[in-house]
Amino acid sequence: MNFILHIWRQKNTQSTGNFVTYQIDNIDSDTSFLEMLDQLNEQLIDKGEDCIVFDHDCREGICGTCSLVINGHPHGQKKATTTCQLYMRDYANQHELWIEPWRAKSFPIVKDLAVMRESFDRIIQSGGFISVSVGSAPEANSQLINKDDADCAFDSATCIGCGACVAVCPNASASLFVAAKINHFERLPHGKIESKKRAERMINQMEEEGFGSCSNHRHCEVICPKEISVSNIASMNNLL
Amino acid sequence: MHKFNPNVPTGPLENRWEKHLFELALIAPQNRKKYNIIVIGTGLAGASLCATLGEAGYNIKSFCYNDSPRRAHSIAAQGGINASKNYQNDGDSTWRLFYDTIKGGDFRARESNIYRLAQLSCNIIDQAVSQGVPFAREYSGYLANRSFGGTQVSRTFYARGQTGQQLLLGAYSSMSKEIASGKVKHQSRTEMLEIIIIDGKARGVVVRNLVSGEISSHVADCVVMCTGGYSNAYYLSTNALGCNTSATWRAFKNGAYFANPSFTQIHPTCVPPTGDSQSKLTLMSESLRNDGRIWSPKSAEDCDKDPNDINEEDRDYFLERMYPAFANLVPRDIASRALKGICDEGRGVGSVFNNQRLGVYLDFSSVIEKIGIDKVKEKYGNLFDMYKSITGENPYEVPMKIYPAPHYTMGGLWVDYNLMTTIDGLFACGEANFSDHGANRLGASALMQGLADGYFIAPQTVANYLARTKFEEVGDDHPEVIASIESVKARIDKLMNAPKPMHSPDYFHKKIGTILWAACGMSRDEDMLKAAIKNIKELKLDFWKNIKVTGIESDFNQTLEKAGRVADFIELGHLMCIDALDREESCGAHARLEYLAESGDAMRDDEKFGYVAAWEYKDTDPTLHKEHLNFEFIKPTLRDYK
Repeated sequence: MNFILHIWRQKNTQSTGNFVTYQIDNIDSDTSFLEMLDQLNEQLIDKGEDCIVFDHDCREGICGTCSLVINGHPHGQKKATTTCQLYMRDYANQHELWIEPWRAKSFPIVKDLAVMRESFDRIIQSGGFISVSVGSAPEANSQLINKDDADCAFDSATCIGCGACVAVCPNASASLFVAAKINHFERLPHGKIESKKRAERMINQMEEEGFGSCSNHRHCEVICPKEISVSNIASMNNLL
Repeated sequence: MHKFNPNVPTGPLENRWEKHLFELALIAPQNRKKYNIIVIGTGLAGASLCATLGEAGYNIKSFCYNDSPRRAHSIAAQGGINASKNYQNDGDSTWRLFYDTIKGGDFRARESNIYRLAQLSCNIIDQAVSQGVPFAREYSGYLANRSFGGTQVSRTFYARGQTGQQLLLGAYSSMSKEIASGKVKHQSRTEMLEIIIIDGKARGVVVRNLVSGEISSHVADCVVMCTGGYSNAYYLSTNALGCNTSATWRAFKNGAYFANPSFTQIHPTCVPPTGDSQSKLTLMSESLRNDGRIWSPKSAEDCDKDPNDINEEDRDYFLERMYPAFANLVPRDIASRALKGICDEGRGVGSVFNNQRLGVYLDFSSVIEKIGIDKVKEKYGNLFDMYKSITGENPYEVPMKIYPAPHYTMGGLWVDYNLMTTIDGLFACGEANFSDHGANRLGASALMQGLADGYFIAPQTVANYLARTKFEEVGDDHPEVIASIESVKARIDKLMNAPKPMHSPDYFHKKIGTILWAACGMSRDEDMLKAAIKNIKELKLDFWKNIKVTGIESDFNQTLEKAGRVADFIELGHLMCIDALDREESCGAHARLEYLAESGDAMRDDEKFGYVAAWEYKDTDPTLHKEHLNFEFIKPTLRDYK
């Protein structure tokens, strides 16, 4: 397979970037999307050029590091998938690809396709935890948790913090990310105790970081690689 | 440097940790703020340690190479975490978990350490539940368990296929609470490149900011490494691409002993590589072997045929043939070795890659016939979907293909009972140390060990070290600090400016990976290892002459990061082969081909090799120190899976 790639290159946060066009040929259809970029980088090293920086790590769809907008779609068009789980056979009918970083004020571009997502860390620090100290936990089965609640908590807890929900949102809102964490704890009896305060703090922090608000476009749940439901946002709003 | 002494307590096994805890010195709450601790790596072990030490009131500085602590490779653990709660009333106990772990490790680990691990296992579950980790539950509201990795009791707690992810998010949330409180100062996208040693004590680190390239020093009263394992030395492994040995390797080169480097675990059920561009291998849960039948064509000529066109009588169900009792459920190492053997014989299937087909079939057709497609979907649906998304093939219709891949490293920095290395004030936790898994790790015990170290062991032993040690004031202008910074800069300079830059870091990574996979994988022999040692020496020379790093050093430069890591993998690979050569026995996860019985059974040699091999760095060849293992409570037995 042969591709024409338009890749966003940007020296650092301060500079303005632009698309640079590359041609890559003879790609095997079983090659993953990121392995295709690896091959392009090998060619750049050959030519003595600086490689394209992109974030990736586990390459099995769970760490949440990878983050590319491909032809306008965060994590590509395939449903419930992270960028690292895309294969070139998925692009058999698209020979020209536009590859960009997440675009949001609160995720400044660090270089090329990599962005800074520490704003997510700071939101968690503002209240995304249960205030228990190590060593003071009671026996695990001393508090029973209804299976439905435990399953719902899990569904919210599967968020991998990749930020695709922000990248796709017209308001660059982090509502789905914040709501998933709030709802994860709200579903647990011992997490519920701090729910209201947790929600206030995390939402305040989200606003302070410059993320927008939710205006019900619901693009986030469509793009989410872990299929986190937008109903989390409704539950969060009910807490306020 | 302190003596090479395991510092294991004596007396009844059940009381050793409690007795030891009592003997450890404490630091009063109001004094803890006077101490500074550096934690490198914030996966399960590191994040749990930061949370605990932060809550206790110490000043913590932590670093990770990822863009957030939540992304460490602990997230990838799928199966679960063991604890001897005996909720299922099936006869589990601390003693049984201890026994299973020590036997699983083929009697190459310390009794005292493993007993402590088994004791702490229950508290880990309590802690995780209280943090909000959503473990699987029964309709009654009680926690659910399953049997995992061939154990005869149901002691594994799990959160669907995301146990590692959920446990890490729990530890990360507690750590975040301490970042908010100001006790933990964390820096992501930062890599440790040197340890600062002053008067024989670890007193700080030199790190590189991966975004700006800035090199900086950080001094403290002690340093804890929670930097994970080194499976990536093999190039193709199930590890995340960033996982590396650089921090533990710096420790080794500064005098910390490296224990059992050749003890690595190869997992049998991974998606096979398809071509040269393959960057990693994906693990699929071992549970697939419960119902799938493993086979390859009897004749090499059938290997490129559609598997559904190969008649039953032309299929070799080789595990069922070789191990009639356990058949497809033989332990990981035995399955992996048999699989590789079949492919080396020329009976592998799948695409040709380096003149070989790397894969065998894992066939579900008989179970689909027996229990129906819906039941199979219910049991394995998510794994089948994952397989389909990676390979584009539908395992309900065409047999899966599998191939073994390096997955976990039991070897690591040698530590005593206090998790301290042979360098005073340098501790190692989690996969980075060698301590608990012997020559083979049981399923669902990696998460347990990482969290036991981070939540419960290191916080106490680090405090003890701080309480008993006098610290001189050290500033950033100390000659050792300046020297460490200079050495880091000189090394980067060498990487950026090789005499004849020709090849990328990946080129060299593939080279070292190929050598190690062939000679120091699951089966080894003297000739292969000696040849590998020679080849690695040449590869090292070649690397420093021809490594090509583009871009500049004072920038976000992923090529430079990779080059530094590969340089360390090459040196570690050398040590792995030396260690494998020394161990003239078949033990745990590996077979030395000269030491297999005619039946193919491993021949362990407790008399000659009942030791931990702890290697000391020397400019020439490393020196071996032996920690002899005493089994006071359990009599070593032979593993037999025929």
